[in-house]
Amino acid sequence: MTISSASRIGLIGIVRPGGGYVYQLGLSLLLVVLVTLFSVLLGNGFTGRANLLSMAVQLPELGILALAMLVTMLHGGINLSAVATANMCALTAASILTAKIPGADGTMSVVWMVVSIAAALAVSLLIGLLNGAIVTYAGVHPMLATLGTMILIRGWSLGLTHGVVISGFPEPIRFFGSGFVFGMPFGLLLLAACAVVVAVILGRTPFGAAIYLIGSNERATEYSGVNTKKILFGIYLLSSLLACVAGIVMMGRFNSANSSYGESYILVTVLALVLGGTDPYGGFGTVSGLVLSLAILQVIASAFNQLHLSAFLTLAIWGLLVVGVSAVTVVTRRSRSSSASDAVR
Amino acid sequence: MLKAFARFRHSYEFWLLAGILVVAVVLSVMTDTFLTLENLFDLLTENAYVGILCAGLMVVLISGGIDISFTATASVAQYIALTVANAFPIGWLGVFLVACAVGTTLGTINAVVIYRFRMVAIIATIALLNVYFGLLIVFSGGSWIYKLPDWYMNGVNWFAVTGANGYTYSLNLQIIVLIFAFGCTWLLLRRTSIGRQIYAVGGNPDAAQRIGFNMFALSIVIYGYLGLMAGLASIVQAQLAQTVMPNALVGRELDVLAAVVLGGSSLNGGSGSVLGTILGLTLFALMRNGLVLVGVSSYWLQAVTGIVLIAAMSITAIQVRRAQLVRRTGGAK
Repeated sequence: MTISSASRIGLIGIVRPGGGYVYQLGLSLLLVVLVTLFSVLLGNGFTGRANLLSMAVQLPELGILALAMLVTMLHGGINLSAVATANMCALTAASILTAKIPGADGTMSVVWMVVSIAAALAVSLLIGLLNGAIVTYAGVHPMLATLGTMILIRGWSLGLTHGVVISGFPEPIRFFGSGFVFGMPFGLLLLAACAVVVAVILGRTPFGAAIYLIGSNERATEYSGVNTKKILFGIYLLSSLLACVAGIVMMGRFNSANSSYGESYILVTVLALVLGGTDPYGGFGTVSGLVLSLAILQVIASAFNQLHLSAFLTLAIWGLLVVGVSAVTVVTRRSRSSSASDAVR
Repeated sequence: MLKAFARFRHSYEFWLLAGILVVAVVLSVMTDTFLTLENLFDLLTENAYVGILCAGLMVVLISGGIDISFTATASVAQYIALTVANAFPIGWLGVFLVACAVGTTLGTINAVVIYRFRMVAIIATIALLNVYFGLLIVFSGGSWIYKLPDWYMNGVNWFAVTGANGYTYSLNLQIIVLIFAFGCTWLLLRRTSIGRQIYAVGGNPDAAQRIGFNMFALSIVIYGYLGLMAGLASIVQAQLAQTVMPNALVGRELDVLAAVVLGGSSLNGGSGSVLGTILGLTLFALMRNGLVLVGVSSYWLQAVTGIVLIAAMSITAIQVRRAQLVRRTGGAK
């Protein structure tokens, strides 16, 4: 279902992006060129510790959200509800914290903090189940299913909170977004941990292998004895859990939660994934490619920030970069094979 | 006639119409403000620019493509057209021509990037959304334009009639352009060869290509048409808001997509109709309007919209799946 329908999106066939190691080598080269260029342009300001730290501010939540998107894109889907999920989880935790912490003493406050995080995770699991059920049992295209749940979840958060910002959390919660461990921002370590966990799941478990298989050919995977429904449920549960972690990092960084934080992240994470060589039709894509592309995007953002260029110019450059990389991929493919026949799928 | 009705009764549009009637009847009974000409006129005027965007996006969805960038396209067209209108006396025709020219150009860029670079449409248009919007904010400084020509601020009011309650009913700019947009889209899809080609491409792109359709030209028409509609919508929206806000539209692209999908257009391409889109949008608009009139907090509108959308999509998908199952097993089940 997913394959035949997903392959129709777009007028014509596409070239598979991310031609494995060659592509990643190209990305690494691009990263080195960019870092060298900006180091020369900006001198010490760019490689200094202050700048490296400021780079690490936005990266964790964007990166973890991109991981949440990655697991769904590998099966040929997408999770448009990731940011809405992150916000709802953050709001759940936030409302428990602000209601219970002020009156609680030492041990009780620890208990309530654990409860709030657990509640957030539980909410994300429910959302994951909902997404999974709509995709597997109703057979709705993942893009539409998660578009629907995005509007529902965002609306639910808005309805419950009336759009109010909930703020003021105890120190340990803020630590998720702004704490330091051995001089490293805790959010960055959390991103690294999530990346390693997702990489291991994708590369070293039967579940991960099944995700790639479904992305290549869902029906063949089903006929070869894989319970694809179960795998799809797993994908959306995992995606929701990751979104929840991103939500907690976000609320730690802002020291507040709201139903409309970070909405622009949805589209940016898709760009990051495609730049990292993930095939939007599923079946191909790696965590390492994603990490590379996140690094490239962040280097550009930080350099532009230091050059006092508008953040919106950064956004435009990110978009041009993705188009440019696709163009280069197409051109190199064409020159390698004289016939265009394998370019059209 | 009877046959046509029997066919209609089994169509998706019939269920939408039934839904609209139920909502309308419930609202008419529960409130005495819903079924007033005044409310219905306001409703139509407020939702006109969304409807125009829906008309354009529907064409893209029917062709099996998708475009997310149209809100940015509209914002760019709006900003350029009304900046020009402030500097030169170009009149209504001029404003629309500039906006539509800008919109069509950006739509054509979308088509070229998607076709030439063989990018997946959604990825290409997300990237280009960021490019258009980013550059717009950089060059405009994100500033709003409050001062607009008087003739533009006054709008258009044809056949104005003032009712007993002092409310003026008229064919205003929003309604005229909305009717024009849906009329053009209907003509394009139902009365031209290009329209049939658009359905054919959406139904089976490979077959369409082998038959010898000029896919590049066709994609330029499709994405250019959405750009054109975005241009129209942008002028209508700015007239309603009485200001030009570079950030007014971007971020609403998924909501427009939701309305078109509720109207029965499939992301798989090949299906979708003007009537369905109008009905889908009407259902959305009535629900939002109705909930406010009934006294439900406006904060809950989105959640209700989401539930209706999920329900409609799930039912459609399950029906499609059943139909496929019946076809595969030769109707044995």
